[in-house]
Amino acid sequence: MVDERAAVAAVFREEHGRLLAALARRFGDLDLAEEAASEAVEAALAHWPEHGVPPNPGAWLMTTARRKAVDRLRRDRTYTARLAELKVEAERAEPPAPAQGMPDDRLQLFFTCAHPALAEEDRGALTLRCLAGLTTPEVARAYLVPVETMAKRITRAKRKIRDARIPFRVPDADELPARLPGVLQVLYSIFTEGYAASSGPHLQRLDLAEEAIRLTTVLARLLPDREVIGLRALMLLVHARRAARTTPEGMPVLLEHQDRGAWDRTMIEEGLALLPQALSGPPGRYGVQAAIAALHDEAADITTTDWPQIVALYDVLHVLVPSPIIAMNRAAAIAMRDGPAEGLSLLDDLAGEPRLRHHHPYLAARADLLARLGRRHEAIAAYELALNHAATEPDRALLQSRLDALKD
Amino acid sequence: MKYMLLINAGSVDASGGAAECTVEDWMVYDKQVKDAGIFVSGESLADLVTATAVRVGADGTRVVTDGPFAETREVLGGFYVIDVPDLDVALDWAARCPGALGSGSVVVRPIAEF
Repeated sequence: MVDERAAVAAVFREEHGRLLAALARRFGDLDLAEEAASEAVEAALAHWPEHGVPPNPGAWLMTTARRKAVDRLRRDRTYTARLAELKVEAERAEPPAPAQGMPDDRLQLFFTCAHPALAEEDRGALTLRCLAGLTTPEVARAYLVPVETMAKRITRAKRKIRDARIPFRVPDADELPARLPGVLQVLYSIFTEGYAASSGPHLQRLDLAEEAIRLTTVLARLLPDREVIGLRALMLLVHARRAARTTPEGMPVLLEHQDRGAWDRTMIEEGLALLPQALSGPPGRYGVQAAIAALHDEAADITTTDWPQIVALYDVLHVLVPSPIIAMNRAAAIAMRDGPAEGLSLLDDLAGEPRLRHHHPYLAARADLLARLGRRHEAIAAYELALNHAATEPDRALLQSRLDALKD
Repeated sequence: MKYMLLINAGSVDASGGAAECTVEDWMVYDKQVKDAGIFVSGESLADLVTATAVRVGADGTRVVTDGPFAETREVLGGFYVIDVPDLDVALDWAARCPGALGSGSVVVRPIAEF
């Protein structure tokens, strides 16, 4: 029994997104799709130990799940009209899915989960739930909200998809430029939440970052668009530094102090290999960011880093994404190229930006440049301000240690 | 599936029309909706100054007041009900509506099916 359970678990993990996507597309209802998918797995657990694992477990699960969904529609009177509409009777007579070339509907599901008609905060949760196959408690843990809250959000989002009839479809070529960035934004925000948790005791949430990479890899396979590849490259090139980004005690280690020998060379190579494709054609925000990450990854240390080229890339990025956060990073790069005074003056120009007023990386960067300029009292005040706005324990600890060093 | 497009006017000009579009724009849009075969119903509401609100209290007393006048900036100016396959198509039609221009907005709501 144990072996079969493991076999089902392995198949299910691999097939979950695909199974759910195909069912959701067929029936237009994520709840129904999820229930049918889990019933199919239960059936497999009951069936496989006795009759052995079928030669194509994915197709077996798909056929069983489709039947379960139809049965459910039949039982539920509220679905009567839907049933007629779907003409699912014909479905029953269909032969089982062919062993090879099972259609992959996950691409549609990516676009549905990231649909702009859904609340922004629900898109990432839904993507993790439906495409990564995380349970609701796992998604709640990922976003550090109570399970009940997350369950309500996911239910609300799924109801909207069903009742407002958000279609399961890949946008037409002419709409793709407008819709794809939303999907990439969802994946990137899952990744950044894993890279630098917005709250909580830990700086990094590696499982979340890895899930984002896995999903982006699936997306890149289904839709090998330049920016999808750029995003994948960016994630790999940044995630490669994970082991060096914190001390064993979980304290953050700044780029300049990281042990570059601890960076994951294999992952860096993989990311670098994607760059030519990501940077072919007009520049995109993820491709450019990947190029910046690559320059850091390739440098032996902070002083031999190609800062002029990094600044040039930030110039391009700032035109593509005119955000104060990008402007702040550009200023930090200019400080490395031209010295702390130039960087500080650029940071001070951004002081009026509402998004930066309480942004601790901005406050910390300013404090750091003041310290490097030897303006000790101002630096102490700036570190204290940054400390007030740091979100995680490790960030606070790092700022505190810098503050203590200045006060000594 | 039926969707209602609720057309909220943003800033209005002296004649009560939306500032960003002309009567001709509306005529063109109306013709497009009808030619596409998706039109179910639709009305344009008379000027807001003609609106009257009725409230009935817990004790059954009826209170009739002039208005409502917009403390909110957007006011309902009219609606369309269209019958299209899914939300994306409904959103496309909403986006083409002159009422969605500039300070106006069009809220798309599915009609409940019982």
